[in-house]
Amino acid sequence: MIYREAGQFKTSYASDQAIFPIVQDKWVVAAGVVAAFVAVPLVANEYWLQAVLIPFLIYSMAAIGLNLLTGYAGQLSLGTGGFMAVGGYAAFKLTTAFPWLNIVVVFALAGVIAALVGLVFGVPSLRIKGFYLAVATLAAQFFLIWLFNKVAWFTNYASSGTITAPPRTVAGVMVTGPLATAGARYVAALGLVMLGALVAKNLVRGRIGRSWMAIRDRDIAAEIIGVRPLRTKLLAFGISSFYCGVAGAEYVFLYLGSAETLAFDIGLSFLVLFMVIIGGLGSILGSFLGAAFIVLVPIFLTNVPHMLHLPLPVALQKQIELMVFGGLIIFFLIVEPHGLARLWQIAKEKLRLWPFPH
Amino acid sequence: MTLRACSIALLAVLVAAGPALAPAPVVAQGKDVFIPLLVYRTGPFAPSGIPIANGFVDYFTLLNERDGGVNGVKITWEECETQYDTKQGVECYERLKGRGAALVNPYSTGITYQLIPKAPVDKVPVFSMGYGMSASSDGRWFPWVFNFPTNYWSQASAVIRYIGTQEGGLEKLKGKKIVHVFHNSPYGKEANPTLEELSRKYQFELTLLPVDTPGQEQKSTWLQVRKLNPDWIFMSGWGVMNQVAVKEAAAIGFKMDHFIGNWWSSSDADVVPAGDGAKGYKGATFHAPGTNFKVHSEIVKHVYDKGKGAGKKEEMGSPLYNRGVVNAMFSAEAIRTAMKGAKGQAPTPEQMRWGFENLNLTEKRLEEIGMKGFTHPIKVTCEDHEGSGPVLIEQWDGKKWNIVSDWIQPMKDVVRPKIETAAVDEAKKLGYSQRDCGKEK
Repeated sequence: MIYREAGQFKTSYASDQAIFPIVQDKWVVAAGVVAAFVAVPLVANEYWLQAVLIPFLIYSMAAIGLNLLTGYAGQLSLGTGGFMAVGGYAAFKLTTAFPWLNIVVVFALAGVIAALVGLVFGVPSLRIKGFYLAVATLAAQFFLIWLFNKVAWFTNYASSGTITAPPRTVAGVMVTGPLATAGARYVAALGLVMLGALVAKNLVRGRIGRSWMAIRDRDIAAEIIGVRPLRTKLLAFGISSFYCGVAGAEYVFLYLGSAETLAFDIGLSFLVLFMVIIGGLGSILGSFLGAAFIVLVPIFLTNVPHMLHLPLPVALQKQIELMVFGGLIIFFLIVEPHGLARLWQIAKEKLRLWPFPH
Repeated sequence: MTLRACSIALLAVLVAAGPALAPAPVVAQGKDVFIPLLVYRTGPFAPSGIPIANGFVDYFTLLNERDGGVNGVKITWEECETQYDTKQGVECYERLKGRGAALVNPYSTGITYQLIPKAPVDKVPVFSMGYGMSASSDGRWFPWVFNFPTNYWSQASAVIRYIGTQEGGLEKLKGKKIVHVFHNSPYGKEANPTLEELSRKYQFELTLLPVDTPGQEQKSTWLQVRKLNPDWIFMSGWGVMNQVAVKEAAAIGFKMDHFIGNWWSSSDADVVPAGDGAKGYKGATFHAPGTNFKVHSEIVKHVYDKGKGAGKKEEMGSPLYNRGVVNAMFSAEAIRTAMKGAKGQAPTPEQMRWGFENLNLTEKRLEEIGMKGFTHPIKVTCEDHEGSGPVLIEQWDGKKWNIVSDWIQPMKDVVRPKIETAAVDEAKKLGYSQRDCGKEK
């Protein structure tokens, strides 16, 4: 009923290769994007934008980055927090050194710097695999955080070691700094993540994505059919780190406003990795679903006792929240080890047949 | 229905219920004074967070039970669990500020840095009592931030003054070796610039030893301490780092009475694990420990005897519990000042800010509220949001903390110019401009 595909014929290669080949999908996604850009900033209050939606969008960006590396190219990385820190600190250094530079350009350059750092730390991936590579990327995480903590140049010699996002405008609208409204920061984050997701989706559907998947599925076979492992793996590291770097810059400039190295600690790396695993390895949609799950569910659980007017002590509330959250993660992983994206796929297939499943 | 179908249904419910999670409706302002309490009763820092939160809540309960609030206006509050985590703290603040928050106590340097830019926009005064950003002590640049009775820089200078008196005069500091062991975070680094300046002025040898968070592993730091064999150690630690440091110092046989922690490094939880080894360890504070004050007997009478206490009666009087009480008292007195004697009406945000800025807590007032000798009188001004309050040194005798010094004045001549320079730097980053205090009345 919902998906009535009768009469939808693909008459050209372009229509066959479309990201959303079904017309209904196309319309739903288009309506969703318009709603996200127009309706949400008008309707949502500051709490929603600041505490829920902005972090969701930024974590989605980071999760897309890690998903390209871990989900598509099969290289397990625990250095996400470190690469995000590179992006955050690079953006801070760039925008304080060149205040006239448009902040969007700054974000892109911060991504490029993070990509270069990612390339360096990706070199060991040629020789080591799996868990051993995870340990090597863990070294990146600790080294980078140590570096930013140790060398005062990165924080412009701030005595506290904190970096603060200065006020910057895009097309006359303040998007960073204390006076930027949550709505403006939300739209900026949304625009960047939309662009990022579109590029990522097309990357993984093309030659590069196919070579990544070939390496992931069996690297020797991939090498035999002509995929060059070094170049492919390094490319995965570079592009993944670019996404993480942009996410890190957004994290400081659009979400936190000011940050210290502690904001990028190993916990952040694990958080993004969990998003990718729960959302679905090797799926762009999964990156969004995983980020939504990790960001939204704890906030939802925190607010449940308030909605039900249960007078629980806060410490107990927090502990219940952690237990329920942990339980939900295990539940979803048992039910569908391939992540939420796979669940969505199954639901969609059922919907296409509903209400006449054969 | 299969398990898989269940999970799809559950996801659908979560998505559909999402919009219902918007924060509780805005409570009409004007009747009560609402204070959001960011607490950390769980997580790695809970041993420090619980007594602070209990002291805070107990004092407000006392005011409500005994006096019916402040000038007849009840104080209401809601606790929100932050786990000492910056992101969760900001989420709490965003959720609770819509309910007409009169003030906010961030209780974490990380959260304070996040809230400072928001304060003038949301019109919620930030009261970071003795922590947060030292530069925000300059009220001309940071009208909405208050960190009295004294900040980290004043504290460091007072500790150096104390060390000087112990050595027989500040000029005797020349050539002495002083080590600063600090938590490698914005909080821990705060005291460094002041200590560096003082080491140039008094020509003592300063060594800065950072300890990475969380600080469970400090063997290399204390090996360095052993090699240096310093005359004094000053520590800016937090959480588990403190107890490990005290244990390590005891293990290398360092003279414990030459080891001074700052006011976040001198609570019971920091010294008890080291047992007898911790005897003689000192700490800086701006209020007395113990329960020998009128305010404590009042809390017992009006709060605990009615079964409304937040914690256990025996746990009253620890340094961090008393810090919660002092913090609540300063907040309540600022609310009282903001009301300017008007009864039955909660102050507006601007009045609240004015109340903080014009707080003048005299010896007489302290006696009235049962806190004579508990803390020092303080006067906040438009220029000075720190008050440059004096510092006490307390010492652990194996069972409890005792005050071992008089009130030590910070070196205002050194600290204040540094604050003014730093305030310009920090305010520039945020695009602030300086206000003229001569025009404010």
